[in-house]
Amino acid sequence: MTAQTGIGARVKRKEDHRFLTGTGRYVDDLPLARATYAQFVRSPHAHAKIKSIDTSAAKAMPGVVAIFTGKDIADAKVGGLICGWVVKDKHGEPHKAPPHPVMAVDTVRYVGDTVAMVVANSHDEAKDAAEAIKIDYDVKAANVDLARALDKGAPEVHPEAPGNLIYDWEIGVKADVDAAFAKAAHVTKIDIVNNRLIPNAMEPRAAAADYDKGTGNYTLWSTSQNPHVLRLILSAFVLGIPEHKLRVIAPDVGGGFGSKIFCYNEETMVTWAASRVGRPIKWTAERSESFQTDAHGRDHVTHAELALDKDGKFLALKVETVANMGAYLSTFSTAVPTYLYATLLAGQYTTPLIYANVKAALTHTAPVDAYRGAGRPEATYVIESIVSKAAKELKIDPAELRRKNFIPSTAFPYQTPVALQYDSGNYPPIIDEAIKIADYKGFEARRAEAKSRGKLRGIGFSSYIEACGLAPSQVIGQLGGGVGQWESAQLKFNPTGNVQILTGSHSHGQGHETTFAQLVSDKLGVPMEQIEVVHGDTATTPFGMGTYGSRSLAVGGSAIMKAADKIIDKGKKIAAHLMEASVADVVFENGTFKVAGTDKAVPLAQAVFAAYVPHNYPITELEPGMDENAFYDPANFVYPAGTQICEVEIDPDTGVVEIVNHTAVDDFGNIINPMIVEGQVHGGIVQGVGQALLENAVYDKETGQLISGSYMDYTMPRADDVPSFKLGNKVTPCPHNPLGVKGCGEAGAIAAPAAVMNAVHDALAPLGVSHVPMPATSLNVWQAINGASK
Amino acid sequence: MTIPVAMTVNGKPASGKVEARTLLVQFLREHLGMTGTHVGCDTSQCGACVVHVDGKSVKSCTMLAVQAEGAKVITIEGLAESAEKLHPMQEAFRENHALQCGFCTPGMVMSAIDMVKRHNYQLDEATVRRELEGNLCRCTGYHNIVKAILAAAPAMKSAGV
Repeated sequence: MTAQTGIGARVKRKEDHRFLTGTGRYVDDLPLARATYAQFVRSPHAHAKIKSIDTSAAKAMPGVVAIFTGKDIADAKVGGLICGWVVKDKHGEPHKAPPHPVMAVDTVRYVGDTVAMVVANSHDEAKDAAEAIKIDYDVKAANVDLARALDKGAPEVHPEAPGNLIYDWEIGVKADVDAAFAKAAHVTKIDIVNNRLIPNAMEPRAAAADYDKGTGNYTLWSTSQNPHVLRLILSAFVLGIPEHKLRVIAPDVGGGFGSKIFCYNEETMVTWAASRVGRPIKWTAERSESFQTDAHGRDHVTHAELALDKDGKFLALKVETVANMGAYLSTFSTAVPTYLYATLLAGQYTTPLIYANVKAALTHTAPVDAYRGAGRPEATYVIESIVSKAAKELKIDPAELRRKNFIPSTAFPYQTPVALQYDSGNYPPIIDEAIKIADYKGFEARRAEAKSRGKLRGIGFSSYIEACGLAPSQVIGQLGGGVGQWESAQLKFNPTGNVQILTGSHSHGQGHETTFAQLVSDKLGVPMEQIEVVHGDTATTPFGMGTYGSRSLAVGGSAIMKAADKIIDKGKKIAAHLMEASVADVVFENGTFKVAGTDKAVPLAQAVFAAYVPHNYPITELEPGMDENAFYDPANFVYPAGTQICEVEIDPDTGVVEIVNHTAVDDFGNIINPMIVEGQVHGGIVQGVGQALLENAVYDKETGQLISGSYMDYTMPRADDVPSFKLGNKVTPCPHNPLGVKGCGEAGAIAAPAAVMNAVHDALAPLGVSHVPMPATSLNVWQAINGASK
Repeated sequence: MTIPVAMTVNGKPASGKVEARTLLVQFLREHLGMTGTHVGCDTSQCGACVVHVDGKSVKSCTMLAVQAEGAKVITIEGLAESAEKLHPMQEAFRENHALQCGFCTPGMVMSAIDMVKRHNYQLDEATVRRELEGNLCRCTGYHNIVKAILAAAPAMKSAGV
């Protein structure tokens, strides 16, 4: 294919025109005739018994169509929401699975828990009526502080999980690790909190549902990253509507970052109520509802120890983590602090022995689940914090200590002590490139110059590894995952030669409409403008697992390549017939079937036309049509890796941290569209910087009120909080997928927090500050400085 | 009780009957069906709803529809000269990959155009970053948005818009 649109080209995005002209179609934009509007009544208390709900005044309000409470749902025998990943604890017992009712029946368990649903003719009328519902609560003591959630006597969130413990899980052999520590020349210890985050996709979650009385079919429009998975959960576990009678459409979706993977109360209720109301129902979260009810991210308390020998080689790593699950187990919550966290604790290093113990705790807070990186940022923060601290303690250059312990490029495939087998990688050239781009050599001069201005300058490294491209289905099954993790694709040619790519992946900002079209354009020689990517509709696309875990290109793209291979195989047979040649002699080059050594040629479009108008066609041996399906189940995860270097300046008088340079060098395997990949890295870095410097979901430890419940209180990164970034890349192709690609969606957010925090600690080291809690807000930094100087 | 309201939206007369509490963004989205202007928050922080009212960028969630009585309103739908010819700011966003999910984009573009004009088509990176304080983006990390606005400023000047 031409260099302008093929693999590796910076093709401008096909989707941009509609987004730039206001003609995108997000769920809230849908015009639905006779629509009603839903408003949810939410618990103002973190923990309370519901004594009574009086809806009589609300029912009499203008425009009210219906009001539902938890009792209605219970009476209708609607199932609870599910956690789809069974984690077995260290005794082999499945995790505790307390019920997760779609609406609270007699107890509310976090501020924002769903208590009632009002349906009215307009949104304003629904809101007015919701305010008129009188609920009498008996407020109970709340369990909010994660560090104390498992203490004896902490208020219990669910009787099904005594002591608030969901599981006590481990990986590795503790005795072996302890033995290695006994022989260590040096042990570095850290105690860190991975701060709780609120995802904040700019489009709030939304759902709209319609029920067709004539056919008995339901349609749900949802801001979902994985409409088929949502349908499966709603059908098989919650509502019982058969899958073939429920169509889920995820149209344009304004960002997800994990928070739109899960099955939530609201889309469930809207779908359930649509048939009872007999009119379409629309619901769109207000931002304050998003803050309260979107699944939050991170929230770990961790103690870790690293044992080193006298030369600085890592001997063993020991990690103890308490992970917050919130008040209910969200869809994939249990997997995040185990299989997506502890299995990553080898990082880029040859650490031969690793033991991790993870306790998952319930609290009276919003459910916690996967958020951009999901477990891997938490693992990277542990590893890269302790490695940098060890370097400081041993007075070894942080880059040198990392290099000394990198897995050598000759060791791949590399079996880590925590289950994963890294397929490929070459880490030293990555850090070398990052050091070059960041001008690490010139840093001390810059530090001195900053000092002359009264500023403290610091530099921090973060070398991350990521297992993504989720995932080999059998492995996922062995680990307790409840679904397959393949992806699907269909290439549907039309008689006039243009083609639709129907994909089970879902784009909510990633640019699939462009990247996937590039794949097909490159492989089959079809011009970009004759390719349409169709996604996000269970009625039109093949069953798909959706988009999360940086899987769409590595898994979904591979499925597209498989389908393209089938198109070529069929095309060869048709072309052989048309050219009166043997199939074995037909080759496919630049969009044309040829017979080697002759001038005979059949363009793909001609073969496609012949397939749909099979007048001269091998009809007895070959079906008409040019429409091929493929499913691709990956052989392994993919393992992107990289190094970020962050440079900060801190004003010691105010504690304000400014990022003055930030470099990221990544190995994503082969790259299809560098422009899109760079954009993913930029966005990821800023989410990581947000975690490191600005963002923090804070609940009042007594009352469980969400204190950071709006953009007035929860600091989102703004344009003037970050610099422009310096990026580089190195390529080791993935050896087990047809494109040689790895994932790029989460890397930025995985590596950045540790890079920033290491830079902050480096800057403050001359003052004797050894620990600043994340986020390093000006307050936290100022307190660390002034505590240290006392 | 409803109140009649009339204004010009993207050069065309638009009128309707609204409640006193109806916001300009509600009027645009729910009454006129112009859903290009988005709502991303409830505290006037995110900027997804920015439109131009009588030539100035305004968060349409902070203004009542009745306050726009008689005003000239321009929304994202009214920027491009034609389906083929985008406004230079729209074009710069496309060229520089300054959008991903597209949700903040309408507000970003409307704010950016006003920013360029207020600074007489002369901007530097620090100014652009400071001026974007009222617009949140969760996807792009702002890197390419800043690039796009810096590229659009001279393009707007030479296009005379």
